[in-house]
Amino acid sequence: MKPKVAFFDFTCCEGCQLDALNMTGDQLASLLDAVDIVEFRETKTGTADHYDIAFVEGSISRDAEIPRLRGIRERAEVLVALGACACIGGVNCLKNAFEPEDALRRVYGDDAVHYDTIPARPIDAVVAVDHYLHGCPINGEEFRRTVADLLLGVTPRVPNYPVCVECKMAGNVCVFERGGSCVGPIIRGGCNAVCVTAGRHCWGCRGLVDDPNVNAQKEILERAGLDVEEVLEKFRIYLSCRKEAS
Amino acid sequence: MSDKNIHVHHVTRIEGHADIHVVVTGGRVETVRWEIPESPRLFEVMLLGRDHSDAAHIASRICGICSISHSIASLRASEAAFGIVPSEQTERLRRLLFAAEILESHILHIYFLAAPDFLGADSAFSLAASHREVVLRAMNLKRLAYTLADRLAGRKTHPISCVVGGFAKLPSPGLLEEARAQIEAAIPDLEETAQLLATFDIPGFTRETEYIGLTAADDYPFIGRTVASSDTGVAPIEEFLPTIREHCRPHSTAKHARHERESYMVGALARFNLNAANLHPRALRAAAALGLNAPCHNPYLITAAQAVEVVHAAEDSLVQIDALLEAGIRPETIHVSPRAGRGIGVVEAPRGLLIHDYTYDDDGRVTAADCIIPTAQNHGNIQRDFEALVPAIVDRSEEEIRRALEMLARAYDPCVSCSTHELKVRLDVER
Repeated sequence: MKPKVAFFDFTCCEGCQLDALNMTGDQLASLLDAVDIVEFRETKTGTADHYDIAFVEGSISRDAEIPRLRGIRERAEVLVALGACACIGGVNCLKNAFEPEDALRRVYGDDAVHYDTIPARPIDAVVAVDHYLHGCPINGEEFRRTVADLLLGVTPRVPNYPVCVECKMAGNVCVFERGGSCVGPIIRGGCNAVCVTAGRHCWGCRGLVDDPNVNAQKEILERAGLDVEEVLEKFRIYLSCRKEAS
Repeated sequence: MSDKNIHVHHVTRIEGHADIHVVVTGGRVETVRWEIPESPRLFEVMLLGRDHSDAAHIASRICGICSISHSIASLRASEAAFGIVPSEQTERLRRLLFAAEILESHILHIYFLAAPDFLGADSAFSLAASHREVVLRAMNLKRLAYTLADRLAGRKTHPISCVVGGFAKLPSPGLLEEARAQIEAAIPDLEETAQLLATFDIPGFTRETEYIGLTAADDYPFIGRTVASSDTGVAPIEEFLPTIREHCRPHSTAKHARHERESYMVGALARFNLNAANLHPRALRAAAALGLNAPCHNPYLITAAQAVEVVHAAEDSLVQIDALLEAGIRPETIHVSPRAGRGIGVVEAPRGLLIHDYTYDDDGRVTAADCIIPTAQNHGNIQRDFEALVPAIVDRSEEEIRRALEMLARAYDPCVSCSTHELKVRLDVER
């Protein structure tokens, strides 16, 4: 019996599932040789009652999602959070700055009563998570490596060094040297600093490293002549989520 | 006559969550409903107060499949608000990015979402065993689209380099030359995609409706400012936008939209019906091979129109790359001076007309945002198609009816999680 793998999504754009599928035909063939994909609503009909590995994308943003996620947890040996929405709440948490009723009313007007919404939160605010695949979106190579590790019984390694490490290895000119602002010094790497390499700055989608040196970050900002509060507001896109929100 | 109660709780092989509910009592159709229970994401409030330099980054996250469309629509809305006219180089590079997205999204739909229905499989994963060469072709074409977008914008899902006014990093001529060779080499595979579709037994249902999309005199546009309706003709987006009426519906977190009639269609078939004359000759040959003629009123053939569009997108990419290489890639200084005002950005996402409409304050912060999403525009049309189709097939088994409705919904390639990101209630809300 091949290990059973399933994919699920909650509140999200479903981009991480698609990026998980972004591989060569040969890679897909070897994946399908190694596992049975038993549930994947976006690309497949059918359900299963047990999964050796469940990948869960999306944050939790409505009451009805909570029992569904708990059910998946009960049926899963190993549960992997797929992408920023599942790992840290992602962009969905931006709405948490507004009262739920107010947010709904702004979008749906007086029909807002039809809709159920609660503050967005990562999935580990609801169930235990065994592994995290960070990023908005995930990195396909990291996904494939994690699958291989799990199949081999190895604990997947989650990078715990800042983006700056990979940014230097990529040979980029520091964003601060270019006159911009960046949160690379305190954000978990593993993305190969793709945003800086593509001409922008780090937005923080992989969340904070375990022991972020926040004081050093503040010093960098001050030295660069940047307003700390303004920069924190800018980077609220990924850093506004608090598990206590739940 | 037997009673039937069909409830498909979450249609599979579509993007996002949607249900189908049909009740037939004594041969009489009591209920036919296309239901949207997707989580509301409230992107409008996420954009409120954000700086113009962050708007496209956030808007891109509305959809993982069409993030390039959302990014470019967002950038164009900001540019319109600030009076910025992108350079010809930027426009050509954006067209190339669109080609990557159309290619990836359509190939995903044709091979992974639609084809299993016609080849008797539950997914492309099981097709990998029975039709290995078909799945390998699909994976390679998808890969090509990802590679092209990686080169142009750093990444396909949530592109990085495209910014208000242009590109934060430009591709080298060498990368464009490599991309050109890869696209050219893939064209036979795209033509085979059309040939594969021609072998599918596509249902013969037709229902004439209103078709809406971008148009141009001598182009098959994916980026533009001029909208055509098959009912009311051509209008600039600023005039057209107020004529769309959105309304909330029970059982749906996505709004429904109306224009001239009860419902209208956007997407590949609408574009084909409006602009077929401007397709590349090779794409027209693919259409002929598929028996697709404009106007076509069979929504099951949306998938066929997608197969035509991928050929066109590839051919157009070659034209754009040649023009870029001939002119030489030139570094540009991007100058953004925010000012208070409103701007509308409109593009053709893979699933149809996509409009981002932003209002900014003097500091370049968003004070109001509204997105009109393709699938939300199609929801009403899917419902009307269901209402027309069910009475015609009511004598069939529950299984056959369910399958016919699922395949019809799938043909629209609905992107449900996108459509519930429907932003502001701007027009008359019907209660």
